[in-house]
Amino acid sequence: MSLARSGDAWKVGGLIAVLAIALLLPAIAPDPATTNVAVFTVMYVGLATAWNIMGGYGFGSYTLGLLLARIGMAGGYAPFLIVPAAGLATAALALGIGWFALRTRAATFVIVTIAFMFMLQLLAENLVGLTGGGGGLSYPVPPWGGDYFNTPFYYAMLALALLSLAISWRIRRSKFGLGLLAIRDDEDKALAVGVPTRAFKLTAFVISAALVGMIGGVYGYYVTYIYPQFVIDPLIGISMVLMVFLGGLGTLTGPVLGAVILEPAQLYLAYNYGASRLYLVFYAAVFLIVILVLPRGIVPSVGRLISDRRARAGPSAPAAAKAVAP
Amino acid sequence: MTLVLEAAVLGILTGGVYALMASGLTLIFGVMRIINVGHGALVVLGAYLSFAASRALHIDPFVTLVITMPVMFLLGFGLQVVFIRPLKTDREALSVLVTYAIALGLEGILGYVFGANYVQLQAWYDTASFPIGDFRITYVYVFGFVLCLAILVVLFLILYRTTFGASIRATMLNRTAAQLIGIDVDRVSAVAFGIGMATAAAGGVVFGITTAFNPGSHYDLISRLLTIIVLGGLGSLRGAVIAALIMLVSEDITSVVISPVWASFVFFVILIVVLLVRPQGLYGVRVRERI
Repeated sequence: MSLARSGDAWKVGGLIAVLAIALLLPAIAPDPATTNVAVFTVMYVGLATAWNIMGGYGFGSYTLGLLLARIGMAGGYAPFLIVPAAGLATAALALGIGWFALRTRAATFVIVTIAFMFMLQLLAENLVGLTGGGGGLSYPVPPWGGDYFNTPFYYAMLALALLSLAISWRIRRSKFGLGLLAIRDDEDKALAVGVPTRAFKLTAFVISAALVGMIGGVYGYYVTYIYPQFVIDPLIGISMVLMVFLGGLGTLTGPVLGAVILEPAQLYLAYNYGASRLYLVFYAAVFLIVILVLPRGIVPSVGRLISDRRARAGPSAPAAAKAVAP
Repeated sequence: MTLVLEAAVLGILTGGVYALMASGLTLIFGVMRIINVGHGALVVLGAYLSFAASRALHIDPFVTLVITMPVMFLLGFGLQVVFIRPLKTDREALSVLVTYAIALGLEGILGYVFGANYVQLQAWYDTASFPIGDFRITYVYVFGFVLCLAILVVLFLILYRTTFGASIRATMLNRTAAQLIGIDVDRVSAVAFGIGMATAAAGGVVFGITTAFNPGSHYDLISRLLTIIVLGGLGSLRGAVIAALIMLVSEDITSVVISPVWASFVFFVILIVVLLVRPQGLYGVRVRERI
């Protein structure tokens, strides 16, 4: 009992420390190069957490999040106040797509969502009036600038990442979250014991989409320019999936850890080796190593290591207690 | 009307190439239950290998298949053993990531070796054409169609007329049962992956003569191949062939009748309508995907 409590204390302490560092980061390291990396890292913390709600707890769509991010970008035209509207718009769209795509399952679902991405990209290119066509859309340039340009974006991304984490945490502890985990383990059995699988999956999908859409809104404002091909950039979409896998699928802290490790590494590779395309090879190698060596992710693997050690220490502790008792 | 007819004929001819590429993909899915997102990159690799071989040896692109098909077969065998076989749990989800990583790695290597510029395989028949009725058809489409048809026939003969083909089909039907009656499913899987790669090499040659390509061409290719095998039904060779024809014919007719920019849109609409009625695809079997 006391052991569990001290564990909780460590957790709370660690959480406060991480949060404090995250909040003070622009003050600690104010140079624009660092804050630029920080904005993207925090963005991926939010994206990976949002994807995990759908992909880690329930089922996986590898590309749709990316698409929704793009739509969120188009929605987030005006400064940050419009961001929630971007979230609502993507959620509404996700409701429609999800209703259709979720008729299929597993492998087919993955492919159908890929098909949807390309179809909507085609629409984005052809409905010129709405999206600016292949030429893309420009966002208004923010009124602030200079050395502090990145800071408001950093806090906006941080707020969304924290929101994603809070929602993810709430879901994890709810009956809804339990249902999603059951669906992930065995959808047919979950249905058989009375989990409304379709409604649950659709809900997770829409929540995930809304969060990704809001992050996309801020992202579009940050990079100030979006165009349809941009959605194809392979590293953005699949990165958030890889981050979840690296950290630990279906865990709360896994996506955060994955994003904090991978995004700076990815930016470093792209900046230094981007010209030669060799960074793709580095990235692929990291990818393969993660999946082949740590398919369960860091958090579950470490968790198992700790519980194994406890289990080994466990039997001797009660034995010692008994020996003392009489 | 002539234009529509011409578009339909062209659609069938190019559809043959996509049928070949898609059958490799659906075969791999059927045997291993993995989604090979790297298939498009492997087709592009096949095209580049033929490009390099025909340049270096001064031979016809089609003749390079004598070299590239065995090379790609061995490569596929190796990739399966090293990267796919170790996946024991959660195969479907992890295979998407692993094969995606393979695609990225190949894109990076090809970009490093060949650069990002578009290239195209050259042959005397790539622009020469012959008249048929009121329009002309370029030779390469006919040659490509005949080649793909021949390979598809060989593939069907291997699957349905040989003992090894029977063990491939047994593995597709029920992996555990196949293992129980003494089939070496690991070997079957590796060979099936190799066969898939060999067909990708053949598809790559025709793709490379008819289309200019660069290392990034695989994204477009894989999205089309994936939608083809979903329409046909995952794991169904017959479905892959028919869906490929539907895709290319509908695209070519749409670009003539409406506009090229809407070409693939019609196919997506067909896909959606089919999946609303039959979520398992045209020839797919409704199975519990996880037991």
